[in-house]
Amino acid sequence: MSALLAQTTYTYLPEQVGFWMIAILMVVAALRVVTTKNVVHAALWLVVVLAGVAAQFILLASEFVAVTQVLVYIGAIVVLLLFGVMLTKAPLGRSDDLDGPKVQKGVAVVIALALLGMMGWVLAESWRDTKLDLHGRTVGELGQTTGQLSDSIFSTYLLPFEAVSILLLAALIGAIVLARRD
Amino acid sequence: MILAELLDLDPAYWTTTVIKILVMALVVPTTALILGIVFLFKMMSWMQSRVGPQEAGPKGLLQLLADGVKFMQKEDIVPDRADRFVFKMAPMVVLVSTFLLFVILPAAPDAVVADLPTGVYFALAISSVSVIGVLMAGWASANKYALMGGVRAAGQLIAYELPMVLAVVGVVIQAGTLNMNGIVAAQNSFHLFGWEVLNVPFIVTQLPMFFVFMAATQAELTQPPFDMPVAESELVSGYTVEYSGFRFLLFFLAEFATAFAFAGIAATLFLGGYALPFVDIEQYADLYWFLGPAVLFGKIMLISFLIFWVRFTYPRFREDQLQRIAWKFLIPISLVWLAVTAIAKVVW
Repeated sequence: MSALLAQTTYTYLPEQVGFWMIAILMVVAALRVVTTKNVVHAALWLVVVLAGVAAQFILLASEFVAVTQVLVYIGAIVVLLLFGVMLTKAPLGRSDDLDGPKVQKGVAVVIALALLGMMGWVLAESWRDTKLDLHGRTVGELGQTTGQLSDSIFSTYLLPFEAVSILLLAALIGAIVLARRD
Repeated sequence: MILAELLDLDPAYWTTTVIKILVMALVVPTTALILGIVFLFKMMSWMQSRVGPQEAGPKGLLQLLADGVKFMQKEDIVPDRADRFVFKMAPMVVLVSTFLLFVILPAAPDAVVADLPTGVYFALAISSVSVIGVLMAGWASANKYALMGGVRAAGQLIAYELPMVLAVVGVVIQAGTLNMNGIVAAQNSFHLFGWEVLNVPFIVTQLPMFFVFMAATQAELTQPPFDMPVAESELVSGYTVEYSGFRFLLFFLAEFATAFAFAGIAATLFLGGYALPFVDIEQYADLYWFLGPAVLFGKIMLISFLIFWVRFTYPRFREDQLQRIAWKFLIPISLVWLAVTAIAKVVW
């Protein structure tokens, strides 16, 4: 039995089980984001999707990216979203005016499917035969990856990093200028 | 055994994981009880001349038991128009984020649930998740006071997250690592001006950052003087107003356990964590299995004392004062000290 197991391609069974459980949860939650009839529920389902992304990063032993996912998307973006919704209008129960026109829905479906196809194709093409060796490695043991990540950000990718920083700063100042009425 | 092989099970790993989970399940509520008894019941009642908590049992020690039983007996009320599921989940979300805070806190070189390379960064990320729980509680209660409390809490937590991150970054730059054990080791081997006798923790070099971190902690805990979100005289008790019985107890537990966890993080970042100066971590590694938890607990109680001392003696800040303190006072201080730290790090 064990000899047979060694030959099969699905050797990392716990990782596989974990991946599919999280993936199915994420797909269900993502569908609920767009189908739910309550705007706060949509935001809370989005939290489930984003937490699932973080969990998948942990399965890939990318701890730093997973923590960043939680800090930026759940801790900042969704909180800001909920904050904004609750500050203006957040009715409990069903709201029937959340749906857009039928044409808009159709276009959204087409764009979503096109994106899915394109990203799937690009990932399949570029990673075709590459295998990540994650076997037997837990997050805590990969002490080097966070260091390696910061080294590559601040050496190889320094220019894009700085460009993004300036872009974000410009967006921040732009938002303040637009929000101020004096 | 075939199943174990198929699932790639490692018995030693799962045994330690189960032990760690059980220890955490015991430790986290206990920390809340300790802070509750020592500071809320004993210190507060002495400082504010409250007679109630001095009466139950010998020296009022049974007050917590009495209060606990009282909360358990109360009916679990869900408001009629509330969003039942979100309402019931909200205290759980807050409590989960509290439990996760303890994951990276080392009590000895190896006594830590997960010695994550991103240690303190993980703690900052997780502490922001509790905001979701607070907003859920505020919204799902179907109560205007609760909603206002939730929105106030979120605004406050967003504003004070930035100074907290900047204060942590100062320590991280000096230690050269995000890992909690690494930060302890860096302080254990740190000598100010290179003098052997000055084996001091980072609070000496990062004193402004310590001040900023403690102020931000106070705000994250929504404790006085930063308790606008639960201001009882105007909002009754903010986002917890509709919670009763056991669910209120969960919020209470989460608040005090979070206070303990943040005191632990502050003790690790600024006071040298489980290590003592002049007692080398690697040389006395075996000794630290016993010494570490005791030293860390002592430091946590010291910092908790500061947190609760301020809580029981300062009047509440107004909303505009609260935001001004964060943006015009704490953030500039931490930015200046960040620059000083970075320059000092490069020069030495």
